Amino acid sequence: MTIENAETRLHAGATPPAAEEFAFDEHDFEFAAEGDFAALAAEPISPVSFTKEAMGRLARNRGALCSLFFIVLIVLFALIGPLVSGYSYEQQLTGHDNMAPRIQGLEKLGFLDGREAVPMSTGVKIVNKYEKLEDGETVYHWFGTDVLGRDLFTRTWEGTRISLFIALVAVLIDMLFGMSYGLISGYFGGKVDMVMQRIVEVLHGIPNLIIITLLIIVLKPGLLSIILALMLTGWIGMSRVARAQMIKLKEQEFVLAARTLGARPFFLISKEVLPNIIGQLLVMSMFSIPSAIFSEAFLAFIGIGIPVPMASLGSIISDSFKSLTAHPYMMIFPVVVLGLLMLSFNLLADGLRDALDPRMKDR
Amino acid sequence: MRAYILKRAAIAVLTLLLIVLILFVLMTFLPGSPFNDERLSPEQIATLRARYGLDQPILVQFWNFMKNTFSGDFGVSYAIQKNVPISSFLSSRLPVSMRIGGQAILLGTFLGLILGIVAALKHNTIWDTLCTVLSVVGVSIPSYVFALGLSYLFGFKLKWFPILYQDALPFQSSVLATVALSLFTMASIARFTRTELLEVLSSDYILFAQSRGIDGFRLIARHALRNALIPVVTVLAPLVVGLMTGSLVVERIFSVPGVGQLLVEGIQANDYSVVTALSFVYSLLYIAIMLVVDILYGVIDPRIRLAKGASQS
Repeated sequence: MTIENAETRLHAGATPPAAEEFAFDEHDFEFAAEGDFAALAAEPISPVSFTKEAMGRLARNRGALCSLFFIVLIVLFALIGPLVSGYSYEQQLTGHDNMAPRIQGLEKLGFLDGREAVPMSTGVKIVNKYEKLEDGETVYHWFGTDVLGRDLFTRTWEGTRISLFIALVAVLIDMLFGMSYGLISGYFGGKVDMVMQRIVEVLHGIPNLIIITLLIIVLKPGLLSIILALMLTGWIGMSRVARAQMIKLKEQEFVLAARTLGARPFFLISKEVLPNIIGQLLVMSMFSIPSAIFSEAFLAFIGIGIPVPMASLGSIISDSFKSLTAHPYMMIFPVVVLGLLMLSFNLLADGLRDALDPRMKDR
Repeated sequence: MRAYILKRAAIAVLTLLLIVLILFVLMTFLPGSPFNDERLSPEQIATLRARYGLDQPILVQFWNFMKNTFSGDFGVSYAIQKNVPISSFLSSRLPVSMRIGGQAILLGTFLGLILGIVAALKHNTIWDTLCTVLSVVGVSIPSYVFALGLSYLFGFKLKWFPILYQDALPFQSSVLATVALSLFTMASIARFTRTELLEVLSSDYILFAQSRGIDGFRLIARHALRNALIPVVTVLAPLVVGLMTGSLVVERIFSVPGVGQLLVEGIQANDYSVVTALSFVYSLLYIAIMLVVDILYGVIDPRIRLAKGASQS
């Protein structure tokens, strides 16, 4: 029975005389909604795409938004910082060694004005090294300088560049490799899966710290060998997630339909399954960025990081560690940048995961 | 169950063999040889090679290397302290590292549990937020940054604890290192405990227990926590990794005479035999702990054992 039918009968109030005691009154029924039904039915329920919905959830997450802001800020500084400081990262200025931070404007407030408290045998003495320079009035080192007289502002952002670059490349490579490995292993199953998973299990059993260290010793420290060492074991987590998702999806109808239509494995994996799981994989890769940054900083700290005069956040921290008690300012800025970067990436990854899969919240 | 344990053990042994193979290959094919001296005549070099077994087929060499490694004979150090057997380094340094690592685990687990429980019980209050923030910070901040901060503040400024490790004061001088190492443990355990406890607290059997009149400490300790803590075993694996990497850095910062510092020294001095020996020790420890965790998890939670056994065998 269509709506119009019911409406006409109700309005007509045509009740058969035989069923007198069962008469319906006009007011017994009420329409669920008032007004023009045809228009109501025609109006589509505004479809919200999954991506849009997820972005909305992400935008409501204050922590994630803050992190995104900080990441953008740090990336911007890393891009333009070394250009605007007026110094180069390897330039050693004679007489400019161990200078405390001095920033225009702030110095008038008596803060970051180039003074530092130097511990002496007779007690603490306030020194301003800028006054000893000939043209000291016009010299500014925003983050100070290191033991060799290199501008720390330039070095910090140059180091951030390198740390970010290493992390991005390492993550990109291990995402591509880990993803393919997991997808292939999951898709083909059976013997292929068995062999591939045994390999993963054995590799997973080796502490990656050891592999990374050994590899870098053999290859000699350098940008390439660090990236190589980081991606050597980084892909395992990614491959596991990809495999699990593939196993979950490959039995579903849409994959079966594509296979029935004659799709080849490569097409099935890349065009049918991958678009459905790319979200999870992206989240996974977001989590591996901070861990790659950390690993690089760790390598630098134990002395097999980026070779001099290049700088990474880890190597600057490692260098300034040696003069921590005399000049603590050398370490504060790179440590803050590193900590902020790690924290932001972790929080953003958390937020992204919650946004893509709200059920994962509180996990 | 026995099949499961056997399978895990087989994988562990295989991994260990692979590691020994990698180490052997590295030792054999690393650039340079101990006999690079120009003053040595070819005959002398041949004699030396024969003495160290380097003239034998590669398989025999590998067998000898394996035999020595597994019997704890790691050869002598080349660079750090010439001709001192590495096993004597180990026997003096391993206990120090183990002690600090153990203290860190105890402290971290204790604080982590308290934080996690408080956060779950006071869900969605300021306490919860505080605990969550603490645990995110703990996971994100590299332990060495934390260690440097501690050493500057409590060691240098306030002078509560010695900045550098002193053999005469084994406890006081290990306090800062322990705290620095325990941060990661604390953060991950707090995070996990909170999640699991929240889930358990909203389950039916807790409601049932409450309706039977059980509440307060008894409810949490006897009913909720017991089930909530089962999955916490899984964090043990990343924790061990965290402790191992952490120990290298933290021992360097506080100059603790442990294995981690020895490894860093070995790396910096290109003392390959020390590096190989320590790599083996670290791997052995790691694999042993992984094996125990895997088996423990299979024992505690039968679902793991069954699921893995069914899908993989």
